Amino acid sequence: MELDSLYQEVILDHYRNPHHKGLSENKDIQVKHNNPSCGDEVTLNLSMKDGLVQNISWDGVGCSISMSSVSMMSDLLLNKTYLESIEILDAFVELMQSKGQSKGDEEVLDDAVAFAGVSKFPARIKCALLGWMAFKDASSQLMA
Amino acid sequence: MANFSQYLKDFPILSRSVRGANRLIYLDSGATSQKPNQVIDAESNFYRTVNSAVHRGAHLLAEESSLAYESARENVANFINSQTNEVIFTKSATESLNALAYSFGNSEKGSLFYLQPGDEILVSEMEHHANLIPWQQLAKRTGATLRWIEVDGDGRLDLTSINKLITAKTKIVALTHQSNVLGTINPIKDLAKLSKNVGAIFVLDACQSVPHFQIDVKELGIDFLAFSGHKMLGPTGVGVLWGRGELLKQMPPFLFGGSMIDSVTMTEATWADIPRKFEAGVPNMAQAVGLSAAIDYLNQIGMEQIHEHEIGLTKRLLDGLLHIQGVKIIGPTDLSDRGGVVSFTVDGVHPHDVGQVLDQYGIAVRTGHHCAWPLMRKLNVVGTTRASFHLYNTDADVDKLLDSIIEVQRYFKVNK
Repeated sequence: MELDSLYQEVILDHYRNPHHKGLSENKDIQVKHNNPSCGDEVTLNLSMKDGLVQNISWDGVGCSISMSSVSMMSDLLLNKTYLESIEILDAFVELMQSKGQSKGDEEVLDDAVAFAGVSKFPARIKCALLGWMAFKDASSQLMA
Repeated sequence: MANFSQYLKDFPILSRSVRGANRLIYLDSGATSQKPNQVIDAESNFYRTVNSAVHRGAHLLAEESSLAYESARENVANFINSQTNEVIFTKSATESLNALAYSFGNSEKGSLFYLQPGDEILVSEMEHHANLIPWQQLAKRTGATLRWIEVDGDGRLDLTSINKLITAKTKIVALTHQSNVLGTINPIKDLAKLSKNVGAIFVLDACQSVPHFQIDVKELGIDFLAFSGHKMLGPTGVGVLWGRGELLKQMPPFLFGGSMIDSVTMTEATWADIPRKFEAGVPNMAQAVGLSAAIDYLNQIGMEQIHEHEIGLTKRLLDGLLHIQGVKIIGPTDLSDRGGVVSFTVDGVHPHDVGQVLDQYGIAVRTGHHCAWPLMRKLNVVGTTRASFHLYNTDADVDKLLDSIIEVQRYFKVNK
């Protein structure tokens, strides 16, 4: 079923058991992003030290796609340099804009290639990007 | 009771298949309704045969288009039992409500519509953003205070302290007739009477009621009413603002331009009579004509029959939902004072994911906060899944929805 390309098992796993959820005190900045068309919300706490993503924690409400995406993103970007994190972010955004034509680079995106199917569902792309845009906002503010 | 399945053939979109070979099951009429051929033809025939700017020009086409446009106005007036010159065409119900808020805001001191600090505007917690934000912002601009009627656990207005909310300070009461989220129909006649007793202006958001049951503006005792064409089988791009004639005459216009004037010099202008005073520019003629065809179509079937049909579907859906474990209905479960809009949540599955799986079965529902974010917060839900009916829905649609909700639970492994 077409639906299975959207709801990969690893996505549902992260939705049921999200990683890095619960806001940590260890933060240099907090940003809150929402998706006004569906009401999904993510609050992201980020701490960066010597240009390195030292801590990410988050809380939020939303659908399986938005919540699992921020969970996987936190795994992926932790302990990366700012430049590495932006490279990964760009790769993820590119995958989301691929209209189902890309499988994603597993070397860069690891489990997050599971979101490749989301790019076929235009209404869900913004769900998948919610947490990533919060990270982009927070990290660029810290690096400014 | 009329056999409603005979009308399906009038709606060409319903014969298409979606997501593979699934029949389209359209349960999102609360957002916008589908259109019968009669409406599509009326709108396109206007362009094919009489198109020209109304109320201008000395030629035959101008005569015919003006007649078509003004006949549409008369048809709308009869539909809601008003005077013809009390019907103003706008582009949407949203524009109708904003037009009121801006016109009130433009009023001079001493005018009936003038607002100042100490005055109050009353809305409710179940308002659509379109009937909340214009008033919220008007209050900010004028220094008036925005107050609201709360929603109780059953999804109805909590009227226990209504006499403390509608007082001599109240200048405007703006309420929805039927909630677009809960399906609740509010006791407008009583509330309009209370408003009248304190001299407040009563504005009714009738977007979810006019398309589904008979409305009589005189019987309701209201002052203003707003609704949109596209939710009542009509085209997009046309809405209606109705107001009591003596109020419209006193209300200042807020859109200026051609058509709405009586005379103009380089420094001064005076206004045309109602309704033209409020219709600046070449209007949405083809859409008004399409709306008129929609009214003819609804009248031919009968609003009472349509309401009865939709209530039958609502009962079937509510009964079905009550029998699915892990599903919660958000809104009244009894059928009194309730329309064909049913919101629900599925334990363990976000509304967006519910809608996604239903879509795979060809079922179109709305998910999310339904432009009623404050209500979602009050009800302590992140959003709901909403099924909303119109005359082209059938028992089979309801049954397919109920079966598919079980599939949603199975897919996300939350069935009990």
